[in-house]
Amino acid sequence: MLKYAFKRIVQGLITVWFIATATFFAMHAVPGDPLSGDKALSDKTRANLEAKYGLDKPLMTQYGIYLANIAKGDFGISFTQENRKVNDIIREHFPVSATLGILAILFAGAGGILWGALTALYRNRLPDTIIMFLVILGISVPSFVVAAIGQLSLVNINDLAGVSLLPIGGWGTVWHMIVPSMVLGLGTMAYLTRLMRSSMLEIISSDFVRTAKAKGVPPTQIFTRHQLRNAILPVITVLGPSIAGITTGGFVVEIIFAIPGLGRYFVQAVQQLDYTVIMGTTVFFGAFLVFMVILVDIIYGYVDPRVRLE
Amino acid sequence: MTDQSLAPDAFKRIEQTAQIHGISRPSLSYWQDAWIRLKANRRALYSLYLVVGLLLFTFLGPLIWQIDPSVQDVDQISQPPFASRTVQLVPEYQPWYPSDELSGTGLNFVAPPTTQYVRLTWDKNPAATGGYRVYRNLFPIGVERAYGLPLKETGVAENFFEDRLDLKPRNYFYSIVALDDDGNELHDQVETIEGEVIRVMAPREAISRGMLDADEAPVFGTQYTLPLHPLGTDYLGRDMLARLMHGARVSLFIGFFAPFIFVLVGVAYGSVAGFLGGMTDQALMRFADFVVALPFLLFMILFKVVFAIGPGESGIMPMLLAMVLLLWPATARLVRGQILQIREEGYISASRLLGAKTNYLVLRHMIPNTMGVILVTITFAVPSAIFTEAFLSFIGMGVAPPTPSWGSMCNEGIKTMLTTPHELIFPALLISVTVLAFNLLGDGLRDALDARMRNRE
Repeated sequence: MLKYAFKRIVQGLITVWFIATATFFAMHAVPGDPLSGDKALSDKTRANLEAKYGLDKPLMTQYGIYLANIAKGDFGISFTQENRKVNDIIREHFPVSATLGILAILFAGAGGILWGALTALYRNRLPDTIIMFLVILGISVPSFVVAAIGQLSLVNINDLAGVSLLPIGGWGTVWHMIVPSMVLGLGTMAYLTRLMRSSMLEIISSDFVRTAKAKGVPPTQIFTRHQLRNAILPVITVLGPSIAGITTGGFVVEIIFAIPGLGRYFVQAVQQLDYTVIMGTTVFFGAFLVFMVILVDIIYGYVDPRVRLE
Repeated sequence: MTDQSLAPDAFKRIEQTAQIHGISRPSLSYWQDAWIRLKANRRALYSLYLVVGLLLFTFLGPLIWQIDPSVQDVDQISQPPFASRTVQLVPEYQPWYPSDELSGTGLNFVAPPTTQYVRLTWDKNPAATGGYRVYRNLFPIGVERAYGLPLKETGVAENFFEDRLDLKPRNYFYSIVALDDDGNELHDQVETIEGEVIRVMAPREAISRGMLDADEAPVFGTQYTLPLHPLGTDYLGRDMLARLMHGARVSLFIGFFAPFIFVLVGVAYGSVAGFLGGMTDQALMRFADFVVALPFLLFMILFKVVFAIGPGESGIMPMLLAMVLLLWPATARLVRGQILQIREEGYISASRLLGAKTNYLVLRHMIPNTMGVILVTITFAVPSAIFTEAFLSFIGMGVAPPTPSWGSMCNEGIKTMLTTPHELIFPALLISVTVLAFNLLGDGLRDALDARMRNRE
């Protein structure tokens, strides 16, 4: 188990290096350079600024410094916001995105497992038809439309109630988190429901379930002990990659619900061409996603011993 | 071993005695079989019709509905479908000089409200020692609702107001709020009136629109009909139907073309890795693993910056390139796996044993057997490409205006979601329907083409 975890972490580090390298060279391939903004700079100012940001050095030296800084966990200083460190931006805004993402994943995971199991048990009957119709709908509607509908219905609900039941935007209290995380988790929940349903259907017709039935295990126990526990396994594997989907879907939800998360910041940085912030957030997000996937894989290896042996 | 000589008549042809059973059913090729299966799947078949309908809408539509999607109809801005299109001819605007006679009737309209002007008068309020503030709103004034747009503060002596600010043919709620000496609003001294503004036009405008000849004597009160916009207009007065059709070109172009190219790249890469095997295979697939690990949407956005678009470009090509660069590895992995698997199949050995050449093996066995999987991959890649385009355009990183795409139309529509929801609903609906159709079609194709995946939901 330890060896497996070690191997995965080394692979992850190489992947992060690859992400950092790709980001670095991609950003340096951008036409123009960070300093050729809207204001014309005198040669001297330009030279000073280049020296400050280390842009006067050869590309490979810059790359070396960049990698060394990343290894130290230093992403540099923002280009558009004077003297603001990228680390500070991440420290300030990432917890918001992470909270939103974790809540969404919890919502999606719990919902997906529950609905998926339900549809499998009621296969080809009314609950199955209704839920699967909603699932197909959930997969087909883009996240920004879901977010817009979510906010619109919140406005109408508040209007009907006559008081503000839940805030329609912003961040701060638990109440702010409910609707955005539900909206964010909805697409993933639909996907997980489908996955859970097919895995559950496979388990229902498996030999060990028949054996359990034959020896007289009560149905509820078969459901919890034999069916649910085995059917959850494939759902756990996709949780890792779906964290990536949730994080990027978070961009839209953060914009629509005016949540001060890192995603909104990233989009803003791209629009302003704030190079260090773009590079910093990409590498940080990338590293985060890679290690989330690894974490899920390790957990999976712990849950299902067959994986480790491969 | 005994010597045994065979007589020539041992090799005589035996007469056919029994009737051989004829082939009971016509022989079906793989694709004929798949087509029959697909036809039997009602959901998939309807999805196929829907896809064909979408293609007709996209490519035949603009030939029938020949409206330029970038032309603005300034008389019909943000008009929902089936909105009134009539316009009434009225005299040119005359300045208004009201006198005191107006008071004594409560808050009311002096003349029927039109898009030319809305004239209000109200009773003088003894509490309004600091005058009045006039507001205009699009919604009824609720308990907590604000009064809307402040238009003017009138003096104590002025109990009338004329609104000429960007009037649209719709309902407005005017509120008159009394002010105290310090200019504070007295919230218990508020009067509100609702007025339905009708669309009117003065002769000069009517001539410029070509409804009236310059030498023709205008007959005031005549009703004219404005051009038809079946799905309404957007916030700049552009025809929604035409924009949706042209937007469909962008969305479907990316939706079809990006998957097509990256699947092609993936097939080439994967089959090279699969055929060569060994160290080359290992190295190629490791690289693919790294590309898979890149956070997709982050790099899509990053690449959009790298392949910066110049002025006047639509930004479709950078998006296409970025998608191809990031999405090929999934197909490559799949195809490599397929090739490796097929190479070991019994029928390949059998075919080789019967003397089949490599070319024949590849054309007759390998390609048809991976085609199903590849086709299913493309079908599922189409909705995700459409989603990606919509997402990028939505956050302002996709196609550049004025090029319409469904995503950018949603982006524009969401800003006026509360007042004119049709600007968001139509593009969002089209995205959803397209994605739904391709998802269902993909399910059907997977069931029809891929025997191993059959019976799985």
